[in-house]
Amino acid sequence: MSWGTDGLTVRYGDRVALDEVSMEVPAETVSAVVGGDGSGKTTLLRALVGLVRPAAGSVRRPSRRRLGYFSAATGVYPDLTVEENLDFAAAGYRVGAATSRRRRGELLEVAGLSGATRRLGGQLSGGMRQKLGVVMAMLHEPELLVLDEPSTGVDPVSRAELSSLLVRAAASGAAVLLSTAYLEEAERAAHVVVLDRGSVLTAGAPDALVASVPGVVVRVGERPRPPGRSWRRGAGWRQWVPPGERAPAGAQPAPVDLEDAVIVAALGRGA
Amino acid sequence: MWAIVVKEFRELRRDRRMVALMVAVPLLLLVVFGYAARFDVHSVPAEVVGPGAAHAARSLPPLFDVTRVRPAEGRSGAVSDLRTGDYAAAVVTPGAAGAGSGELLVDGANLFDAQAVTRAVAQAHLAVPVTVMFNPRLNTSWIMVPGVIGILLVFVGTLATSLGVVRERQTGTLEQLAVMPFRPSDVFIGKVAPYFLLASLDTVVVVAAGLGLFGVPFRGSVGVFVLGSLLFLFVTLSIGVLISSVSENQGQAIQLTMMTLLPQILMSGFVFPVASMGVGVRWISFLLPLTYFVEISRGVMLRAAPIGALWFPLAMLAALGAAAFALSIVRFRRDLAPNIAAPPSPPAPAAREAVAGGEAR
Repeated sequence: MSWGTDGLTVRYGDRVALDEVSMEVPAETVSAVVGGDGSGKTTLLRALVGLVRPAAGSVRRPSRRRLGYFSAATGVYPDLTVEENLDFAAAGYRVGAATSRRRRGELLEVAGLSGATRRLGGQLSGGMRQKLGVVMAMLHEPELLVLDEPSTGVDPVSRAELSSLLVRAAASGAAVLLSTAYLEEAERAAHVVVLDRGSVLTAGAPDALVASVPGVVVRVGERPRPPGRSWRRGAGWRQWVPPGERAPAGAQPAPVDLEDAVIVAALGRGA
Repeated sequence: MWAIVVKEFRELRRDRRMVALMVAVPLLLLVVFGYAARFDVHSVPAEVVGPGAAHAARSLPPLFDVTRVRPAEGRSGAVSDLRTGDYAAAVVTPGAAGAGSGELLVDGANLFDAQAVTRAVAQAHLAVPVTVMFNPRLNTSWIMVPGVIGILLVFVGTLATSLGVVRERQTGTLEQLAVMPFRPSDVFIGKVAPYFLLASLDTVVVVAAGLGLFGVPFRGSVGVFVLGSLLFLFVTLSIGVLISSVSENQGQAIQLTMMTLLPQILMSGFVFPVASMGVGVRWISFLLPLTYFVEISRGVMLRAAPIGALWFPLAMLAALGAAAFALSIVRFRRDLAPNIAAPPSPPAPAAREAVAGGEAR
């Protein structure tokens, strides 16, 4: 079963938040939505789980019992313990006692929360709370797991644990879709959708996106004048040279990664 | 300093609710205290029974608003009528069944009416014994405790419920509930039921404390009181959910709860008699649930009023509850499920939803 959107348009009053966005969220894979602030990532996820009404187009999603959602607010109750939060999620999704026991044991272990089951949600660190929210969203083994920036503000160790949770969900057959501001995280996804101002800038497997960069990306020592198609990477600058144009004298070709590919796609749209 | 002043004004300009409260509260207090906060009683609903009732009715001081004259009725009939709460005083003429000489019966559950009647009789030098029924010592606590029960229920029911739901919105978990396989009614009932039970428990505790500490009698039917309390809780909890649906945070929910509590305390007849209020504002008291709960609780506890005498306040509570519930469920549904209607019945675990844009789902 394939989940996703077809020509999805969402409007907030006169403002178009999403403009004819079509995407697939295949089963057994982790897909990622990336984009800048205000690009429509959260709206896309909210529309996918049914929290936002589409103005046009359609959404394909499983029934709510088979849907898991992690909102940016985590969904963790601060006045309940970790154990009680999981009890609530299990009861809400009607997970049987034996399954619930098995699942929470496994997931808490992977999330590194096994020793915190009696702590209140409000007493957890930000990263622990994020991980608990993800565990709650996937406790019932959903067919479609949608996560809104689960790794934002989380330390590298916790991000690795979160990643393990998502890989585990995909391995057990779920279609996992997360939004993220970290391109290195998106790089680990099987499929990436890049949003820009409410529409799809580019989409595909990270390797394919990198390979399909038109022209060449070169490394330049200083910021070119005029800056044009250049951007800062680390201590230096990179510049995109579209097909048919000549690279600046002395510029060296640079290895392209997903970040470069996304920037080139944005520059290509603006061109 | 100037920067803070400018910033504060800018924030205030955008917090329309706060500005409305700053204007509305003083206006409300002015209206309430100006027109409603009156202890003076100008008219007391009365009936006259026994032989010579028509003549006696004509000779009563102007305070008595005689709306019923029953020459064939005796003292017990007058007591029954007082029990219904429709009359605050009953004149029993000499020779009436059950009464040797003449007697003036006064409903002690209507404190200010009873005091006004006794004063008027003394001033008119009427040689008639006055019997204060239901609250012979005109004990203030007997009048206040049944009303206080209602105020506590408003406070606990409305405030706790509104805070509970708003807290869910503030922590972002309300959105999570909207995605989980719950119907809006499941969420509504699930949220409200604990407060309903706690408020019910509160009622028992407060009534027991009122009886034990203040010696307030409980003369009527427990069943009628329970029915009235349940209907009243239905209204207050629904108002709580309604408040939560228009509040963005707990501070706003508290402010709005106070806005509903204040007029109820002042205009429900709990302190000031409704009949003494200015005609222009009296109608407000008929929209307040506490008005009807006070009628029911005083009627049951002090006068042992039968259910037949309390049908109107009971019906009004049911009507107000239905209106508040309907409004709150509409608001709640809109809040909770902008897109998702009732969850699909799950014949197959992998049931699929395809949501087409523009469909009203």
